[in-house]
Amino acid sequence: MKAVVLLDFWASPFGQRCRIALAEKGVDYEYREENVLGDKSPLLLQSNPVHKKIPVLIHDGKPVCESLIIVQYIDEAWPDRAPLLPADPYSRAQARFWADFVDVKFNECGSRLWKLKGEAQAAAKEEFIGILKLLEGELGDKKYFGGDAFGFVDVALAPFVSWFYSYETCAGFSIEEAAPKVAAWGKRCMERESVANALSHPDKIYEIVGVLKKKFGVE
Amino acid sequence: MDQSSSLKFLGSWADSHTHRVRLALKLKGLVFEYQEEDSANPSSALLLHNPIYKKVPALLHDGRPVVESLVILQYIDETWTDNPIMHADPFERAIVRFWCHFADDKLGPAVGLVFSSAGEGQKAAVDQVHENLKLLERELRDGAFKGRRFFGGDNIGLLDIVLGCGSYWLAVFEEVMEVKLVDPDTFPLFHAWLRDFEEQKEVKETIPPIDKLLEYARGIRQMMLSLSTDTTTATTIGAPATGSTTSNNDAAVEEIGLLQESLVL
Repeated sequence: MKAVVLLDFWASPFGQRCRIALAEKGVDYEYREENVLGDKSPLLLQSNPVHKKIPVLIHDGKPVCESLIIVQYIDEAWPDRAPLLPADPYSRAQARFWADFVDVKFNECGSRLWKLKGEAQAAAKEEFIGILKLLEGELGDKKYFGGDAFGFVDVALAPFVSWFYSYETCAGFSIEEAAPKVAAWGKRCMERESVANALSHPDKIYEIVGVLKKKFGVE
Repeated sequence: MDQSSSLKFLGSWADSHTHRVRLALKLKGLVFEYQEEDSANPSSALLLHNPIYKKVPALLHDGRPVVESLVILQYIDETWTDNPIMHADPFERAIVRFWCHFADDKLGPAVGLVFSSAGEGQKAAVDQVHENLKLLERELRDGAFKGRRFFGGDNIGLLDIVLGCGSYWLAVFEEVMEVKLVDPDTFPLFHAWLRDFEEQKEVKETIPPIDKLLEYARGIRQMMLSLSTDTTTATTIGAPATGSTTSNNDAAVEEIGLLQESLVL
């Protein structure tokens, strides 16, 4: 086993955050695919006994769980290059706030766009557009959420760029229209090797969403 | 300790997240101005400084807002670096962050559910709390926190603050709801840690007196029970009813929802 191992699932945006961070830092690691739809490996159960979920980063045998915690760990364990969090405490606080926002608001609402139908879905769409506009405001005219440098919030949100097509198609709206700066940011992220290598193709994600919709009984 | 800057902090007296921030400020020896907020009726200042979530706590440092208690705690630690509440080691920091999330995402909501449910639903909620406490007990006994006085080591750290400010509700709920949550025989290490934590000077100065908390909890429980239509089989009391409540009830249900949120660990 290499010094750095990532237990992951190919389509997981949370796993992709970790892959992006490791790539930005130029850290060599072993990627291990977990079959999230089947049996969990003994290594996963041993490394994340509380939640039994990917991603898990194992560094010199010690496991770190939860994607944003893993990304902060990667930033702190390899502090000499490509800093993901800014140096100044106030900017760090803002970055942590917005990364948490991506989980609590963006992803939570985004999942309702394909989990729900009819009126409930329409309400989720309105809410999601509101969330996009908040991100639009926070991004402003910056190149990245981190400013000139690709940072923590960018890592947190970038994997969801490949979900944009699914959100738009399921709920019937355009992210380009609702939040043009965020859409442009998404394209800029895809130009980064770390992001392009980590993300799944939007069509593949749409396929996965189809499978999930059947599981949730929404069709 | 030099403090040439101004600190103002918006909170609510019974809110455990507010207590987290207050305790951290005390541990750092910081001077601050406090503004009490009514969670059902946020001030214009709170709406200005926390427009997205509109909740306490909110810390204003030289007028600049920081919100979300875990974000605030780390901000305080990184800005005033004496008496650190976080270790320098990245792995230790990751473990602490993991269990802080566990407190907020698993244990806290489970405890809140004990309070807001009855009958079978409450029994299930109590079981869930026990399952969560077992995981913490195991970490104290054999895992990441083995042999430590506090989760942070010899001194109170971030995880102690997060778990501790809220764990006092366990004793309150035990009395109000007549359920057993932290049995010292089943959870000896957690129980011992909590007693030790609550004895610390800064903690005593932060947590409201138990009789005030009991009165508060009893009041809310009364309100919840009087709003529910069936107290014997209802699994969740206080969940907003859809369309069938009067406007008076709507306001009360909303208030209960907000209060419930502030009660969780």
